[in-house]
Amino acid sequence: MKKNENTPHLNRRGFLKVASATGVAASAPMIFMKDAYAAKDFRNDPKDSKTVTLGFNVPQSGPYADEGADELRAYKLAVKHLNGEGDGGMMKTMKPSMLKGNGILGKKVVFSTGDTQTKSDAARASAKRMIEKDGALMITGGSSSGVAIAVQGLCQEMGTIFMAGLTHSNDTTGKDKRRYGFRHFFNTEMSGAALGPVLEKEYGKDRTAYHLTADYTWGWSQEGSIKKYTEAMGWKTKAAVKTPVGAGDFSQFITPVLNSGADVLVLNHYGKDMVNSLTQAVQFGLRDKQVNGKDFQIVVPLFSRLMAQGAGENIKGILGSTNWNWALKDEGSAAFVKSFGAEYGNPPSMAAHTCYVQTLLYANACEMAGTFYPPEVIKALEGFEFDGMGNGKTEYRAEDHQCFKDVLVVRGNQNPTSQFDLLEVVQEVPRAQVEYKPELLGGELGPYEV
Amino acid sequence: MDAILIQLLNGLDKGAAYALIALGLTLAFGTLGIVNFAHGALFMLGAFCAVSFQKILTISKKVKDESITFFDAYKEQPYLEIWWGDTGTAIIDYAVPLSIIMAIPVMLLIGFIMERGLIRHFYKRSHAEQILVTFGLAIIIQEVIRHFFGANPIPTPAPDVVSGSAAVGAFFGLNENLVYPWWRLIYLVFSAAIILAVFAFLKFTTFGMVVRAGMADRETVGLLGINIQKRFTIVFAIAALVAGLAGVMYAPILPPDYHMGMDFLVLSFVVVVVGGMGSLPGAVAAGFLLGVLQSFASMTEVSSLFPGIDQIIIYLVAVVILLVRPRGLMGREGVFED
Repeated sequence: MKKNENTPHLNRRGFLKVASATGVAASAPMIFMKDAYAAKDFRNDPKDSKTVTLGFNVPQSGPYADEGADELRAYKLAVKHLNGEGDGGMMKTMKPSMLKGNGILGKKVVFSTGDTQTKSDAARASAKRMIEKDGALMITGGSSSGVAIAVQGLCQEMGTIFMAGLTHSNDTTGKDKRRYGFRHFFNTEMSGAALGPVLEKEYGKDRTAYHLTADYTWGWSQEGSIKKYTEAMGWKTKAAVKTPVGAGDFSQFITPVLNSGADVLVLNHYGKDMVNSLTQAVQFGLRDKQVNGKDFQIVVPLFSRLMAQGAGENIKGILGSTNWNWALKDEGSAAFVKSFGAEYGNPPSMAAHTCYVQTLLYANACEMAGTFYPPEVIKALEGFEFDGMGNGKTEYRAEDHQCFKDVLVVRGNQNPTSQFDLLEVVQEVPRAQVEYKPELLGGELGPYEV
Repeated sequence: MDAILIQLLNGLDKGAAYALIALGLTLAFGTLGIVNFAHGALFMLGAFCAVSFQKILTISKKVKDESITFFDAYKEQPYLEIWWGDTGTAIIDYAVPLSIIMAIPVMLLIGFIMERGLIRHFYKRSHAEQILVTFGLAIIIQEVIRHFFGANPIPTPAPDVVSGSAAVGAFFGLNENLVYPWWRLIYLVFSAAIILAVFAFLKFTTFGMVVRAGMADRETVGLLGINIQKRFTIVFAIAALVAGLAGVMYAPILPPDYHMGMDFLVLSFVVVVVGGMGSLPGAVAAGFLLGVLQSFASMTEVSSLFPGIDQIIIYLVAVVILLVRPRGLMGREGVFED
């Protein structure tokens, strides 16, 4: 049969030519990828500058100022380590790591700071100032979820990566999650999942709880998560009263608890608020009370060593959850505690830990991406699995930018052996127990390119 | 009944703070006709007298903490403890009540300087100008405190012996487990004593009689050859002292920070207006009344029916009282109504 001259046909040689040409064409952008991104214009690109600026936005005043001060210490230590000074801290234990101690991508790390005042508008203003005037390439900080969510939104608009410090509300990586925002710290859902079974074991299934809740996103989230897990195991909730942040005198909220019939007080407070409310609850005799034939109990779902220090004797025996504790014995924690302690004479708080880790993770992601171009750095962080940073094997889940790792249930230490030995680890709850599906908390990450 | 007793005590406690601040405000307003928006700052300065005294007593030496092996850690040991052992510890423990000794001359001096240095220049100006200048002064005082003490609340504990709770339930023949913090009870008694002392001073001394006469008719008292201005300056210093002492004793209840005066100032102005401008008994009565109402409004039974009522009850009551009695509870016709 004669071939039709007009019909295109493909012989072996022709196929190879076309395939080779297609392959070369398709791979060309990958070969020249770095240059392509380098050529791409983005905000605060350091270009030929010998330095790269990071913006540390922490509460230096207000009810969370103690945590803010410790966060700032951690950031400064991280900068020191990234620039090859000091003993290197967790840079020596982080796996995998591309950090070399020569800054980030060969540029020396410098920083600017801002005071969030634990207020969303002040935090946005200081973050904006650091991005626009100081040329900050990345913003990081806490210690309030309201602030974190506000700053995260701003960073998404401005195309600047936000590595959240201490923020515990579900919303940060839930309904308010953003492509440019990343959280290493755990959240209230994970606190509830970790703490619930321990509360059941310690206090039983037949309990009536009274919640005092800080009236903003974190408080609502914390209250919701604790209710979810305690009610599922049979506890009843008598009342959930919202209290203003920074109220100082909580007596008017505590006195109604005395005769409410509740036998557990859940203090969804943090920082100075928690120190004040717990101290006043103890002064009003709640811990010495018997209700419904049971000893009255106080639960503080989220607490840190700094808060335990402020609350003094009152924290002894009280259960809560925490992201990390300086007494952990793993290699990464030990290296960080040694380094931080030598620098400042105190062990780091969990706020300091998460901020230090976030700074290193960002720097490492830039090294992995080979560029500061934010969309590529984001892609390097999404799904990144690492170890040696104090919480065992950890993953930055790509779907919501939430880190998943082990969570600690702690108790105020009854017999401390030193001035810093204030929390006793009751249980290291494995990651599998606190993990949830990304759809649970909703939200949309948004685009890479802004 | 248990709940009512506790809410009542708590309300009286809050009311005592409102009443003390409002009393000082009314004294300044009644004598000098000055609307002093810096009065809250005087309350805060009193609390910082307690903080400063505590800091002075706890000047420390750094001692190596041998229990920490990871790094070199240090503990602070106050010199008073090093020198005098248990006696030194006991003195530090009583820092707050002892700080009253320091607060009395300091607050009198501050009041005197404030009146002579600034406020006397504004006697003949409008109330709006007085408010502006005293508000500005309050901000300056706040920022000075913030500069020297930082922005964080500073824990200033009560002495150990009264840091626990009193069995008020057993005392009143109610539930034996019912307790109330000792220091708050002490604050209540202290406030009552200060209020009584101020009233006794004005009622039973010649100085007080002249001041009261001056409050009623300044010109006539002046025509009698009495230097009423000098006495009013002293009254202003006493008003500063009352606010300062209220602040000193409040320090263990609410860790002082630079902003605490503003939080109380607004409420205290409401108290003054509700009590009746220029009426000292009115200020005291309104202070206690509003404190108690605020406390009862925070009961679960009430707040579940009207969520958030505890935050607005004071203002609601103020609106109602001013509608029914436009001069306040004990305000008199013709007083400050020019």
